[in-house]
Amino acid sequence: MATNTTQGTEVPSKGGFPAFRVETYGSQLLWLAIAFGLLYYLMSRFIAPRIGGILEERASRISGDLAAAQAMKAEADAATLSYEKALAEARASSQAIAAETRAKITAEADAERKALEAKLAADLAAAEAQISSARAVAMGNVRAIAVETAEAIVERLAGTGADAARLEAAVDAALKR
Amino acid sequence: MADPIKQFELVPIVPITIGTGDFSFTNSALHMFIIVGLTAAFLLLTTSGRRLVPTRMQSMAELTYEFVAGTVRQTAGTDGMKFFPLVFSLFMFVLLANLVGMVPGSFTVTSHIIVTAALAVLVISTVIIYGIWKHGTHWFALFAPAGLPKVILPLIVVIEVISFISRPISLSLRLFGNMTAGHIALKVFAGFVTAMAGAGALGFIGAALPVFMITALTALEFLVAVLQAYVFTILTCIYLNDALHPGHH
Repeated sequence: MATNTTQGTEVPSKGGFPAFRVETYGSQLLWLAIAFGLLYYLMSRFIAPRIGGILEERASRISGDLAAAQAMKAEADAATLSYEKALAEARASSQAIAAETRAKITAEADAERKALEAKLAADLAAAEAQISSARAVAMGNVRAIAVETAEAIVERLAGTGADAARLEAAVDAALKR
Repeated sequence: MADPIKQFELVPIVPITIGTGDFSFTNSALHMFIIVGLTAAFLLLTTSGRRLVPTRMQSMAELTYEFVAGTVRQTAGTDGMKFFPLVFSLFMFVLLANLVGMVPGSFTVTSHIIVTAALAVLVISTVIIYGIWKHGTHWFALFAPAGLPKVILPLIVVIEVISFISRPISLSLRLFGNMTAGHIALKVFAGFVTAMAGAGALGFIGAALPVFMITALTALEFLVAVLQAYVFTILTCIYLNDALHPGHH
């Protein structure tokens, strides 16, 4: 609120440099205050929040997108890793199954072979036992036949019956030779 | 020759008298509202879409915002952003006042010392009021840098106070002086053109010289218009930094 009274000596008439004419200051200050106040109001209330908001939203959107891309990449990496792990596991387990199967088959074949061998050995032993028993029986029969034959021969030759005990001893002695 | 001072004359459009004071709505007031209107149009209408991918005009508004915001952050720190509306308002007002003044026949609001002084006083009073409100008496440490010998302290305090007081003066005079001098120079050379062209055939040919000068000066004045708006803004930020961080002098 400039008053002309303070500078009263040099002012009132139109003249002098316009910027230094004190009587115009009141009007300029008033309208500057109104216009600049309006500008400041618009700026602080609408312009700055809006543009700031747009920029912030864009920045957060970009960083959000980058973070999402990062997360997706990590996810993809993890998926690749787990796929490779699953593949390795599958390979390992397939090898294990193959080895197991091979071992099982070998074991089965071995068992079968052993069982067969055992059976064959048992059969062989049985057969041998049978043979030896048959031979014993046969040999027994041979002795009885020999005793009978010898008895018959002695009866024919001597005409009388021979002593059975001596005859058996003689046959046994002959069989032992 | 046309009077080079006439362009600074205030012409009442709607005469208003309150008491004994003259508060007429003048050509200056009209141009102030043109400035505010252009600023609002440039920054509000272009951003009304709030597009994520900006249009060209929205991009320009955003670039202007980012430019001033960057200046504030660099000079006054991130907490200086609380003064951003003030700094941005000052920048847009001074920039558009200077640029609107470049339109032939228009009025340059910033060619009046009272306007630039009022803006400078606004800045300095913001610094003082916020500084004292925020830091209390510690703010006055601004005038007494730490770690000085007691002997020269009074001298330094006097120098610091003088330099602080000279800030609003230099801030307002720089802008006022640049605008006034530039416009006077343009008018003077324009006067040469008409004067020489009217002085016979030789003068008519010779008038090409001041025409060339005007062209060059106009380009220079556009540079000055933008540069002075920037200088006003960055100095405002530097002074506001004193209000925010009086210790880091």
